[in-house]
Amino acid sequence: MARSLRDAGMDVIYTGLHRTPEEVVIAAVQEDVDILGVSVLSGVHLTAFPLIIKLLRDADAEDIAVVAGGLIPDEDVPKLLEMGVARVFSQETPLDSIPQLIRDLVSARGPR
Amino acid sequence: MPDPTDVEKARSQRRAWEQNELRDFLERQPESQQEYRSASGLPVQRVYTPEDIADTPFEDIGLPGQYPFLRGPYPTMYRARPWTMRQIAGFGTGPDTNGRFRYLIAQGQTGLSVDFDMPTLMGYDSDDPRSFGEVGREGVAIDTLDDMADLFDGIDLERISVSMTINPSAWILLAMYVALAKSRSLDLAKLSGTTQADILKEYIAQKEWIYPIRPSMRIVRDMIVYGAEHLPRYNPVNISGYHMSEAGATAIQELAFTIANGIAYVEQVAATGLAVDCFAPRLSFYFVAQADFFEEVAKFRAARRIWAKIMKQRFGARKPESMRLRFHCQTAAMTLTKAQPLNNIVRTAFEALSAVLGGAQSLHTNGLDEAYAIPSEMAMKVALRTQQIIAEETRITEVVDPLGGSYYVEAMTNEIEEAVNRILKEVEELGGAVAAIEAGYFQRGLADSAYTSARAQASGKRTVIGVNKYVEAPQKDAIEIHRNDPDVEARQIQRVKAVRASRDNSRVATLLDALAEQARNPSANLMPITIELVEARASMGEIVKRLREVFGSYAESPTF
Repeated sequence: MARSLRDAGMDVIYTGLHRTPEEVVIAAVQEDVDILGVSVLSGVHLTAFPLIIKLLRDADAEDIAVVAGGLIPDEDVPKLLEMGVARVFSQETPLDSIPQLIRDLVSARGPR
Repeated sequence: MPDPTDVEKARSQRRAWEQNELRDFLERQPESQQEYRSASGLPVQRVYTPEDIADTPFEDIGLPGQYPFLRGPYPTMYRARPWTMRQIAGFGTGPDTNGRFRYLIAQGQTGLSVDFDMPTLMGYDSDDPRSFGEVGREGVAIDTLDDMADLFDGIDLERISVSMTINPSAWILLAMYVALAKSRSLDLAKLSGTTQADILKEYIAQKEWIYPIRPSMRIVRDMIVYGAEHLPRYNPVNISGYHMSEAGATAIQELAFTIANGIAYVEQVAATGLAVDCFAPRLSFYFVAQADFFEEVAKFRAARRIWAKIMKQRFGARKPESMRLRFHCQTAAMTLTKAQPLNNIVRTAFEALSAVLGGAQSLHTNGLDEAYAIPSEMAMKVALRTQQIIAEETRITEVVDPLGGSYYVEAMTNEIEEAVNRILKEVEELGGAVAAIEAGYFQRGLADSAYTSARAQASGKRTVIGVNKYVEAPQKDAIEIHRNDPDVEARQIQRVKAVRASRDNSRVATLLDALAEQARNPSANLMPITIELVEARASMGEIVKRLREVFGSYAESPTF
């Protein structure tokens, strides 16, 4: 994923596996990113994402859009969107479509 | 292997065939691809003949249960008894998983395999802030010996083998297992099973680590040495390719990296002065069964011959048991799709078939619902039935290594062996597996292969039925999935707090001091003191944390 975004011309900061919500938010804020993407395979998405969004809000960084990936059951997708996740990617989302979907999110937000 | 005159005859017959039958046919009907390659990228010919194995002497193929063990570790293989059907399970608390174990045993499962939750895998107690949301979710939560006792309540550990999928905190789980067996007055010599404890592949692929590489290698060494002295039927380490495959490794990389890691463990233990024949017989392996059927069969066969040669030639092993590679196999989770989930049953069955034709000693078949969640009871039953059908209906178990001697399979086995040996040479040049990991060599190899494979799927070059071909509109709620119990976390935290309140805390503190002291002495074995600690009801998190003060923590620079 990281490499395909880089190949699409984006700057990618990959923090690796098993990071806490605090760690990813600190990295996102320090690097001043447009998008924070988090893949969750362990089933904790319904507790991890609200925490990430709250931490971004606390850091005054609500303009960073959060996108989710990993193993997310279909029925949890609307719940995540309601919590403020901008987009949920699934195993079926074509790899090549993701850079454009991310660009769309950034342009919808408008310039900072 | 074939007689030279037969090879000559085959050559002239093939040439004539190419000029006549083949050429005429290709003119009428061209083949679907310009060239054919295995999933690892090895060229695959149209057809194979004695020419392709002309240079392979019969002793390199040989007979099962005999060096170089290409055809299987045992002379009779599944004619004596089929492989161990070992479905992994773990969720919630010890008692929750105990219920699943009893169900699986009642369904005819012959070995147990435990999945632990993320905090247990990473060495945190359930009440640690880092465990929030993860307790009992992906596996069972184990904090203290009491949890372990509940996990195996009513299960006879002298009779059933237990595999524990645990890595950086594995030595503590092994200590708990030994302590539990002692508390039940069991004979340690009768305990059989496995702790995964393969820390090197964690730095390469799965990324579950606690301490830096070198102290972690010392812990694995301590487990192997303790096992050699006290647990003659137990595999203290399960040298694993599976996770590297899931992270993108090709079959060749999986095998080469696994064997490179195996060499590193042997060297680490041999450096203590223990003879290889004292511990090598209990080293076991764990490979994936991926989708490329024949490449996988050839991979399993090649693994045995490569390891046998290394143990004999490089390490001077003399016991055949030190040279024969035994492996557990799991079908490839990566091949499971969320789309059209019933197709996953079929994928898993073919992958399992390759494991059996490759001579696996134990097998886990994945649940059809694993692209959704951890498997439901129904999904695990179908997966187990898949193995039972292979074992009891297909009759493929009646002949040992039935694909042995196939021109194609033998040629592919040779090619995989050569490709693996080339990688092993590169690893040696880098200074061995530990140095290669520190240099990011394996990690870069995986990242490259993962990307190539993702691109091949995205472009449709690699077909995935239901995902990039024969796609259907998604169906809502196609299958019933495992539901998580929302109260698990609170229940488990209650359990660990109760243990801490009822134990002798000053004794725990004294033992933790002794642990730190022994950790500073690189020649001390940490197993006995850890067994004492868990007996005194120290929690896993407390033990891990204390050693962090001595060993420090590992930090990665992620590669992509």
